Amino acid sequence: MAKEFWRWKEYNWHDENIDPRAGGVISGGADVGSVSSQAVVMVDGKLYAFSSMRTGSDSPNSALDSMNWALEGTGLKIEDLHYVVGTGYGRVNVPFANRAITEIACHARGANFMCGPSVRTILDMGGQDCKAIRCDNRGKVTNFLMNDKCAAGTGRGMEVFADLLSVSIEDVGDLSFDIDEEPPPVSSTCVVFAKSEAAGLLRQGWDKNKVLAAYSSAMAHRVVTLLERLGIEKEFVITGGIAKNRGVVERLEKELGLKGLQSDYDTQIAGALGAALFGKVLYEKQQAGK
Amino acid sequence: MPKYQTEPLKCWKKAKELRDKYYLDYATAHERGGLRWTGGAWAFDAIPAGLGDDVYPITGEPYAAGIAFNKPFSLRCLEEAESKGWARDLCAYMRNYWGSMYLDEYNTGGKYPKPDFAFQDHICCSHAKWYQHVAEYKNIPYFCIDISVGPYKDLNEDRLMFVVNQMHESIEFLEKTTGRTYDDEKLIEAVKNDCRLTSVWAEICALNRNIPAPLDEKTMYSLYVFGTLQKAKKEFADFYEELRDEVQDRVDRGIAAIANERCRLMSDTQPPWGFLKVFRYLEGYGALSVGSLYSFGLIGIWEDKPDGTWGPRTTPMDKGIPIDTRDQALRILADWNLSKPEFQHFYDAGLKTKMMLRIVKEWKLDGVMLHMNRGCEGLSCGISENRLGIAEAGVPVMTFEGNMGDEREFDEIKTRDRMDTFMETLGLERSES
Repeated sequence: MAKEFWRWKEYNWHDENIDPRAGGVISGGADVGSVSSQAVVMVDGKLYAFSSMRTGSDSPNSALDSMNWALEGTGLKIEDLHYVVGTGYGRVNVPFANRAITEIACHARGANFMCGPSVRTILDMGGQDCKAIRCDNRGKVTNFLMNDKCAAGTGRGMEVFADLLSVSIEDVGDLSFDIDEEPPPVSSTCVVFAKSEAAGLLRQGWDKNKVLAAYSSAMAHRVVTLLERLGIEKEFVITGGIAKNRGVVERLEKELGLKGLQSDYDTQIAGALGAALFGKVLYEKQQAGK
Repeated sequence: MPKYQTEPLKCWKKAKELRDKYYLDYATAHERGGLRWTGGAWAFDAIPAGLGDDVYPITGEPYAAGIAFNKPFSLRCLEEAESKGWARDLCAYMRNYWGSMYLDEYNTGGKYPKPDFAFQDHICCSHAKWYQHVAEYKNIPYFCIDISVGPYKDLNEDRLMFVVNQMHESIEFLEKTTGRTYDDEKLIEAVKNDCRLTSVWAEICALNRNIPAPLDEKTMYSLYVFGTLQKAKKEFADFYEELRDEVQDRVDRGIAAIANERCRLMSDTQPPWGFLKVFRYLEGYGALSVGSLYSFGLIGIWEDKPDGTWGPRTTPMDKGIPIDTRDQALRILADWNLSKPEFQHFYDAGLKTKMMLRIVKEWKLDGVMLHMNRGCEGLSCGISENRLGIAEAGVPVMTFEGNMGDEREFDEIKTRDRMDTFMETLGLERSES
């Protein structure tokens, strides 16, 4: 079987220093996206465990698999979670969720947690779409814009390019800077047409890295226009899988003339993290109402 | 316990009967020795009315919207237009209409009834070409009046006469084409009906300022249509007066369009006609669209009232302006229609933003939903600038992408997703799944 260059690494993690059975609120967030699914478990508002894996053809199973994987080795089961919020494209298909909240609200809340209350603009670069979000100091969404029905500038678009150029998706960012001179961006951001254009450039003798640079640049430019339409207010942060691709991020920051905030947290779990934070608040409200 | 009492519209059935009769009358006109003509929803239908009472129009936009609602037929129409070489980014109404013509199928059944002539006006880039092609394809005579004379606030005698002179010429065309003698009395009556109908529609829309709103926009779409079918038709003007009285009665009795109204929105441009259920989806949040510049101002004629509010334009009849001659009738018809709100933003997106913000304020709205409509270049023109202007005024605004008449460009799930997020930002939760 041919190597699938687009395949990114799946992973899980939990914090050995937190005792989830110490009596705090155990909240969960399940972010079922079109390309990847993330699950997050928080204990009393602290990040305890998470997982990130590819979304399968079945949203409920993807939600279950990702949450079970996040809980692996923790001694906890899904039934032990006090409250779970589902989010993402498949949020209404999370069988163990108490509530569904949109990924835009969750990403804003997650970014607020990850980077602090100064965050005002979030760019979520997801698998299927990009979202430019404005929020207040509590991470509450005040305005948003999404890209149209098109894979340009999305994680899926980058996956297609990785496969086309036979470059592991995790290497795309670094390789795109291994060039003599920054090339002009590919003229089309449509994944289909950009792919054709890239094939043409390769035939003209461009090396892979130069093509990657040209596509990364086009991708960055496309989301900059989305951000400009919304209006950018400092501080700014990028979430989602593409946030890990420095080839896009650094070109985007250069074009914006603005550096995004950095976080010690994994940017891809921002949505699930926000969902788990909402879960805690909703659980406490529920308990107070009893 | 519902917050407000609600009840169906009493005149709903009559509206449906009138619509059905309109399409049937057109199809069967020749059986009664009558004439058929085709043109746009903004065509000056009062002018062909001077040819007699047995002259029936079919206007392209509402006809095509009806096709869009009939998804399997719409897809065949669109694909037929594409197979003839037309690009997918042309006006979706035009492509649906042309597809019906090429397939020789009428949306309500039977063959596409060939018009005897085409009569149109032109402000949007598609208008004139749409019926030029129909005329060429069906080998029928065609007359088009250019009305792109600038915004109404800048109207002067020269600009007005540019339109009026073409109207005079169009009457000569109609007489020559049909061989009929033109009746100025019928023209005068039709012009009065046009003014009456479009003013009363504005009056109906103004009643939606009430909380709770007596009408929701999804319902209004089925009612405003008479002004796009034949605004100079007496039966339609009479019907609007009946509707106005019923809506006033709903306001007086506190009858709401939806029982749980707690969020008032406006939309913009034509909706995705095959997916009007997204408006019902909003009702799960207690949110309703109470109208839009599109549903208010596509046919409604408005003016500034002494108290500073926007209200129905006072008709020439109420002002005591004489309409006794052909020239007087045509001058009034031109002036009246050139003041149409939806004409203004063809010249300046800022004018549209101003009107939209006025609606937000006067209709006490909580937010705005803009349809980035790929199917209509004319009404989508400047919509991103409108979004900025609305956002800068501090009004919550969301956009969704789609196409009024091409379901291939509308994603219902994503649109609901955006609506969910917008509702969340307004602090609303769904009361039903």
